[in-house]
Amino acid sequence: MAADNVLLRVRNLVKYFPITQGIIFQKQVGAVHAVDDISFDVIKGETLGLVGESGCGKSTTGRAVLQLYRPTSGSVTFDGVELVNTKGEELRRMRRKMQMIFQDPYASLNPRMTIGEIVGEPLVVHKVATSKEIEQRVGSLLELVGLNPAFATRYPHEFSGGQRQRIGVARALSLQPSFIVCDEPISALDVSIQAQVVNLLEDLQKQFNLTYLFIAHDLSMVRHISNRVAVMYLGVIVELADRDELYLKPLHPYTQALLSAVPIPDPIADSKRKRTILEGDVPSPVNPPSGCRFRTRCPIAESICSEQKPAFRELSPGHFVACHYAERFL
Amino acid sequence: MPDFILDVRDLETTFKTPAGVVHAVNGISFGLKEGETLGVVGESGCGKSVTMLSLLKLIPTPPGKIAGGTASFLKQDLLKMTNEEIRFVRGAQISMVFQDPMTSLNPVLTVGLQLEEPLVLHVGMTRKQARERAAELLCTVGIPKAKDRLGDYPHQFSGGMRQRVMIAMALSCSPQILIADEPTTALDVTIQAQIMELVRRLRDEIGMAIIWITHDLGVVAGLAQRVIVMYGGFIIEEAEVKELYANPQHPYTIGLMGSLPRVDEKGHPRLVSIDGAPPVLYEKPNHCPFAPRCRYAMERCWKENPMMQMVAPDHRVACWVDIKTGRAR
Repeated sequence: MAADNVLLRVRNLVKYFPITQGIIFQKQVGAVHAVDDISFDVIKGETLGLVGESGCGKSTTGRAVLQLYRPTSGSVTFDGVELVNTKGEELRRMRRKMQMIFQDPYASLNPRMTIGEIVGEPLVVHKVATSKEIEQRVGSLLELVGLNPAFATRYPHEFSGGQRQRIGVARALSLQPSFIVCDEPISALDVSIQAQVVNLLEDLQKQFNLTYLFIAHDLSMVRHISNRVAVMYLGVIVELADRDELYLKPLHPYTQALLSAVPIPDPIADSKRKRTILEGDVPSPVNPPSGCRFRTRCPIAESICSEQKPAFRELSPGHFVACHYAERFL
Repeated sequence: MPDFILDVRDLETTFKTPAGVVHAVNGISFGLKEGETLGVVGESGCGKSVTMLSLLKLIPTPPGKIAGGTASFLKQDLLKMTNEEIRFVRGAQISMVFQDPMTSLNPVLTVGLQLEEPLVLHVGMTRKQARERAAELLCTVGIPKAKDRLGDYPHQFSGGMRQRVMIAMALSCSPQILIADEPTTALDVTIQAQIMELVRRLRDEIGMAIIWITHDLGVVAGLAQRVIVMYGGFIIEEAEVKELYANPQHPYTIGLMGSLPRVDEKGHPRLVSIDGAPPVLYEKPNHCPFAPRCRYAMERCWKENPMMQMVAPDHRVACWVDIKTGRAR
């Protein structure tokens, strides 16, 4: 990977949330190991998909990257600038270039603000435009995401879920960022509306040369939208590869199980598939298993898996995997 | 047809709201054969849940109202039963699993107590017998150390485990029909695969008929034998599962399939989206409910609501247009 192509570089990112006890004298009794030592790059203009089940730390990763959560340790460099130690005005200036689209279009818009105020607010906060310019810009942003500019005076409750998500997209675009973290932007929407929003995101990416970190639990949608895909399990990335490589030749047993669990909307193809059904549930991130985190549910786990943490290795060009026995599937 | 164990005709359900009367279900008819798995597919607000809740009279009245229709089950009309009578059907002969396992279990009662309740009420077991049966049931649905877990409260179980408890409860009285209302929507894919596998196994062992409500065409493909597609409170297409996926006829069904990316997708086709949003029906439409979003809509679609027509054996569709030719049928 040529270094000048990398827009976002994440190295050994760790985020623990403390668990405290006591009311006045709080003492820390443990920690939720939400993200535990992950590293990845996001290349300019690409979409990196981040998939995993609920509680695997994918949203925490997205937020820690944008410094909405301050990482416990590790480094996040964006466009060559280290973000972890950046504060105040300097961080605010960086934030213009990185924006976020949230999961729940019902909760992420302030019900007491008009659409115009919501979409224009980033411009006000960052003092980049006069009020007249803002009005114009809001109109063109709404048009860009497929909404009528006249809607600027309306309130969020007057819109459907898909339209609200479009408003969220318009807000994220208002500062002309180069990087957007999409945190499950479509999982709250109906199937026919999901396709509308995904197509919109793809069109905007082409038009503005945007880079996306696309967080989702829907593997089919991630395959559709991403160039490369990272799979997370219990706070760690277990596999990262080009989209087709990952879906056709998954090397980690968890990725294999995850892929075989996705229902295919085709009864004939679905009945021909081999299913790997995982036993049990995801362990608690407060006290994750020693060694490989997946070993408690892994069909091929052996004693080494509980003793040694598997390294995140590059088995074939661009295909990283964290499993002691990944060679078996090569 | 005589071999339906549940035969629903012209079911209509409305809700009175401050904005007007919402027509949630608009005269739908379908049958369920013995031992068959029927998938009901549609987006939120299409009336799929309301249909099933109406059958068991679980619609809060008011504001809800079952405005018409019949639902014959074992020669009785479910919709004409008194509350007292239907209580003996619910949970005993027709049971239901709900979407959200977090809210459909009582948080202040132990799981054991909740499992025993239908056994004591419907089957007439003693507490002790019921306790034993409850442990067996938990074991059947794959909960480890079932006996020790009867005294646990719902919050001590994970989401997937809670859904297993719900299924155990629904199966406790060996019902003839199991209605599952999006039972895997709140779960992760690997847990969803576990639950689907469990249901497939139990279906083969017990042989009950299942109505599986979902918005996920993938789940239906792996589970159902026959599928009903709903839109705006109407059934718009009904077919045997392989036929439906190989040969969808209604523009909405086709749109729904086109808007789904596949995990085994090749290349990068653009998703076919359906413009607009699903309708909220404040009056019973006198045109096709899908016409405002339909690419093929003709003049007739705005004048008359299409009736269900047979297009192939076991394949009915409500559309004026033959999408193969783009002309009227």
